[in-house]
Amino acid sequence: MAAEELPSEFDVVILGTGLPESVVAAACSRVGQRVLHLDRRSYYAANWASFTFNGLLSWIQQYQEEPQPKEVQDWSSLLDEGEELVYLSNPDSASISNLQVFCFTSEEDEEEAQSSDLPNPTEEKAVNEDTDVKPSADSNEEATTEKQETVGGAEEEQVTPTEGEEQDTDKPHLSTAQSQLEPTRKRITYAHLVKEGRRFNIDLVSKLMYSRGSLVDLLIKSNVSRYAEFKNVTRILTYRNGNVEQVPCSRADVFASRQLSVVEKRKLMRFLTSCMEETEEHQAYSGRPYLEFLCDQKLGDNLQHFLLHSIAMVTEDTPIEEGLAATRHFLRSLGRYGNTPFLFPLYGLGEIPQCFCRMCAVFGGIYCLRHSVDCLVVDKDTNRCKAVIDNRGQRISCSHFVVEDSYVGKKAAAPRRLLSRAVLITDGSVLPSDSDQQVSMVTIPPVAARYPVVKMVELCPSTMTCIPGTYLVHLTCQSAGSAYEDLAPVVTRCFHTPDSPDQENRPSVLWCVYFNMVDGSGVELEGHGLPSNVYVCSGLDSTLGHEYAIRQAELIFQKILPEEDFCPPAPNPEDIIYDGENPSTPAGEEDEDGAGEEGKREQSQTQE
Amino acid sequence: MHGRIKIKSTAQQEEEKRKEREKKLKIYVSARDTCFSKVTRVLLIQVVSNHQVLFSFLCGLCVSYLHSMFLLDTHCQRKEGILDEEALQVTQQLLSSNPDFATLWNYRREILMHLETVKEKDEVQKIYEAELAFLESCLKLNPKSYGSWHHRCWVSARLPRPDWSRELSLCDRCLSLDDRNFHCWDYRRMVVKVSGVPVAQELGFTDRLIGSNFSNYSSWHYRSTLLPLLHPESPESPSPSHEPPQPSPSHSPQTQSHRVCEEQLLKEYELVQNAFFTDPNDQSAWFYYRWLLGRAEREEMISCVYVSRDEERVAVAFSRPVNAQSVSLLLVLDGQPQKVEWKSVHPRFKHSPVCICDLPPGTISDITNEHNLTVHWTEKYTHRDCALYTGRTESWCRDSATDQELFRSELSVEKTSVLQSELQSCNQLLELEPLNKWCLLTIVLLMRALDPLGYEKETLAHFQTLKEVDPMRSAYYSDLCSKFIIENTVLKMEYAEVRVFSITDKNLTTLCHLDQLLLVTHINLSSNQLQQLPPQFAMLQCLEVLEVDNNRIENLEGVYHLPKLEEVLLKNNKISALADLQPLASCPKLRRLDLRGNPVTQAANIESELTALLPSVTDLLL
Repeated sequence: MAAEELPSEFDVVILGTGLPESVVAAACSRVGQRVLHLDRRSYYAANWASFTFNGLLSWIQQYQEEPQPKEVQDWSSLLDEGEELVYLSNPDSASISNLQVFCFTSEEDEEEAQSSDLPNPTEEKAVNEDTDVKPSADSNEEATTEKQETVGGAEEEQVTPTEGEEQDTDKPHLSTAQSQLEPTRKRITYAHLVKEGRRFNIDLVSKLMYSRGSLVDLLIKSNVSRYAEFKNVTRILTYRNGNVEQVPCSRADVFASRQLSVVEKRKLMRFLTSCMEETEEHQAYSGRPYLEFLCDQKLGDNLQHFLLHSIAMVTEDTPIEEGLAATRHFLRSLGRYGNTPFLFPLYGLGEIPQCFCRMCAVFGGIYCLRHSVDCLVVDKDTNRCKAVIDNRGQRISCSHFVVEDSYVGKKAAAPRRLLSRAVLITDGSVLPSDSDQQVSMVTIPPVAARYPVVKMVELCPSTMTCIPGTYLVHLTCQSAGSAYEDLAPVVTRCFHTPDSPDQENRPSVLWCVYFNMVDGSGVELEGHGLPSNVYVCSGLDSTLGHEYAIRQAELIFQKILPEEDFCPPAPNPEDIIYDGENPSTPAGEEDEDGAGEEGKREQSQTQE
Repeated sequence: MHGRIKIKSTAQQEEEKRKEREKKLKIYVSARDTCFSKVTRVLLIQVVSNHQVLFSFLCGLCVSYLHSMFLLDTHCQRKEGILDEEALQVTQQLLSSNPDFATLWNYRREILMHLETVKEKDEVQKIYEAELAFLESCLKLNPKSYGSWHHRCWVSARLPRPDWSRELSLCDRCLSLDDRNFHCWDYRRMVVKVSGVPVAQELGFTDRLIGSNFSNYSSWHYRSTLLPLLHPESPESPSPSHEPPQPSPSHSPQTQSHRVCEEQLLKEYELVQNAFFTDPNDQSAWFYYRWLLGRAEREEMISCVYVSRDEERVAVAFSRPVNAQSVSLLLVLDGQPQKVEWKSVHPRFKHSPVCICDLPPGTISDITNEHNLTVHWTEKYTHRDCALYTGRTESWCRDSATDQELFRSELSVEKTSVLQSELQSCNQLLELEPLNKWCLLTIVLLMRALDPLGYEKETLAHFQTLKEVDPMRSAYYSDLCSKFIIENTVLKMEYAEVRVFSITDKNLTTLCHLDQLLLVTHINLSSNQLQQLPPQFAMLQCLEVLEVDNNRIENLEGVYHLPKLEEVLLKNNKISALADLQPLASCPKLRRLDLRGNPVTQAANIESELTALLPSVTDLLL
């Protein structure tokens, strides 16, 4: 593809393959627009992508490298009269920051780990492997330095896979503790993770799909759902008083719950039923915090905690309207596919944007990865984008241009909000149960004052995101500090790490990465000093569901094609008539004359 | 619009679907034709090809026509003995598109049975395994097809080496898709029975189903059949029923076998409480709870023997209704078995808790004689004695109704403390859900089991609430309430040791427990809502005075052959025809009748007609 010229005329050019961009692409292509969909990266789904373990390591490596200063090429030779160039900004590396990697598992082969009691060879090996992962010159130096606080910004990102000091003190201790605890259990080594790395699908964003959320509705409505498989989140958990507990949210959960008294069960069920409808009582609390309303219901601490943190998933100062709306959204989604309101796509969330891209391609959209747009050709009079010029200097005319916000990022002067993320590979579930194939959503209220609310998703191997014997844990919160500062306290409370050696009964963290992502939920669709037919897709938002991205995609689509239906059901492949193909003649009517067939076909075309 | 994907129009799609259907039909028909004779084939194709889908669209006539042709044909083939694998394949093709074709399943069974005789065991196993796999695909098509499930039962039973665990997991899968598929429940029961799945494992299975959705009668019911097997009530535990005065060999294990040991019972209470606290409007849990609280079966015994010298009549009351004609009773008078004819008190009901017999005239009429009667209930090995002393005109022997278990048999929980704590938790729920009918009703039952007289006031109040929150069943609640009022009055009467029974102004709508009133001489039911005196009323063999003023009585059927009845006060009722008074004519001692305020009094010549009908009445008030 790289060598070939692209067609020089499209209706819609889309840059970036994140979820909203992909939905817009599918929607436009579906109604007959000629779509060119580009991404400068080598993979689909941008910051919505899922990576294999090795893929994630190279992603980390890429962000940890110095970005090449990109020379701006002058394409003004391609301009006609009355046109000007608007350059897109240097593609972000700023959307990811504060990357920190820790490996707490033995980095040598299993046999060696079992035979050797000495810490020294372990460390040597670790450092060596570390250099494999991270070939930059300064890696050895970094690996032996004290834990370094990173201050954000792409240039200062660093990978610290093995903290030297921790290695010295904790490693031997860790391994002996392990061997005492579970002498028979095989410890999963780093080498094993790398070897089996292809079986991981590690999401950059961590979200879940509400069963009655707009994404699920859209997947069903558009028939895109046929490209993916889903699994129910099997339980909702919460961290409370130092313990992980199951949150009873469905009728079956409430029934089976052991921690609630029967009276609490009744109160909870009654509250959940009553809050589905707006009552005068709710209106009386208008504008006041949801928590206040919950307090006055005399539900008790247990239920109040569940309702506020796990069901509404709001903070203590959220107003009642928002709290109730969140509660209703949760409850409406309950029971559609199972006992929790959430679905998770097998093979990771990165599948979803790709499904929409596939739909776009099925309807004729053209895809190019490692292909970007350098600048826009803008008509001075109308202030509309007439064409784009790609990074190979081809001028491609288009009527609309949709772009991921990182390409216009630097123009937005406002300080951006960040999300803190952590991805952990652990060796057990935070709440072991009869089944080891639980998909859990864990809500974690602030562990201390000034700490954020953390949402944690624990995926089991049957979600096809991690290997047997491991769990993949995603933590997300709105940043207060760096990802490490925000999330490490939660990790040490919920898991067994070298920082929390006393928690031996908790699952151990084998490997983890912390990073910050830009929270794009504040970005406007238009403006940014850009032409009126250029639409900016903001990146991620901090909420658990996909409502924001889907609404955004629909808004953009409606601006591009106000008259058209948004993602109508895709026809069955056998119902599509391809050019040059005779509409299949009914076998029983072979004796009929061709004219009749022709007429029928014309008729069907004019109907459209 | 340019560039838009062209999609076939609805007409085109229809056309293609039609063709698809036609193709399928062709296959179907040709498959069937393999069974058909060549003569009928031509004819059938002509009929069939005019229609799109054979069994869903053909009109009834055609279906029956085709069917009959087909049956005829298969019949021929079956007769000809074509029981080969080709036939198996052809029927498979047909059944996979229409699994409800019973004749084909039969045909298939014949083929399989034939194959069994000619093939090696391993081959038979293979054939049957393939059959099971085929059935699975049929069940996917229609999970509630009688034919497929029945055939699966048959195949499983004949399979040389059955794999029951596979069958169980198939059932589990089916039930997880539809936990109310009774075909599957049936089949599963068969599998469990044949394969001998441990009861504990089955209980775990119900745990799982109830855990995922407790609104499931099947699971709760299944549990109720498993628990007594797994945790039977230990035999030495105190019996819920009162020990009979004389040891009776009829204390059979059946009366105990459906009970569960107390330890397990307490766990079950907890489980079911979780269910009804979670959703108090779901009745399945309440029904199970009701089962847990139990229903004692009263011991079968003769509860009362009454003998009257004047009428030379013996009346026997039983703890449950018996058929007077067939019950094996033996009356021994002063050591001599008597040949008597036992009959019910009223011809309208044969099963009655009271039987009567008349002794031969002169047997006991001499007041200076003392007599000893024994009534043997031979089939139950039980009997009761009664002595009629000199100078007495009547005598009786009985258990007092104050015996606790009499009206508490509704709930048979072993210990009062258990009932008390259950009542407490129900009251707790009532506080949260003051208008829940299931809760109210359960509380009423518990209160009655604990202390019917002590809780009388609260019980009546709860009934009032019940009628308000569940107006559709208010008549039921009224009847139930009447029953409880009568029970309480019987108890009070027994404590007072009188033979007068009076319930006035209590909104009674029905009469029950009339067998308890065998000895009552004076009954006052004035100012209630009674509409009739039912045939059971004839059990009041000692009744002398009947007061039922101010009711809505239209029917006096039960005032029938009451030998001692002298006064009937029927003021302000709804007797409208002379014929309704006909039963009174059977009461020989009736002297006084008050009919004021009844429509019948408006009739012409009423007085003379009444005199003719009831010649014994001397005091008639109209």
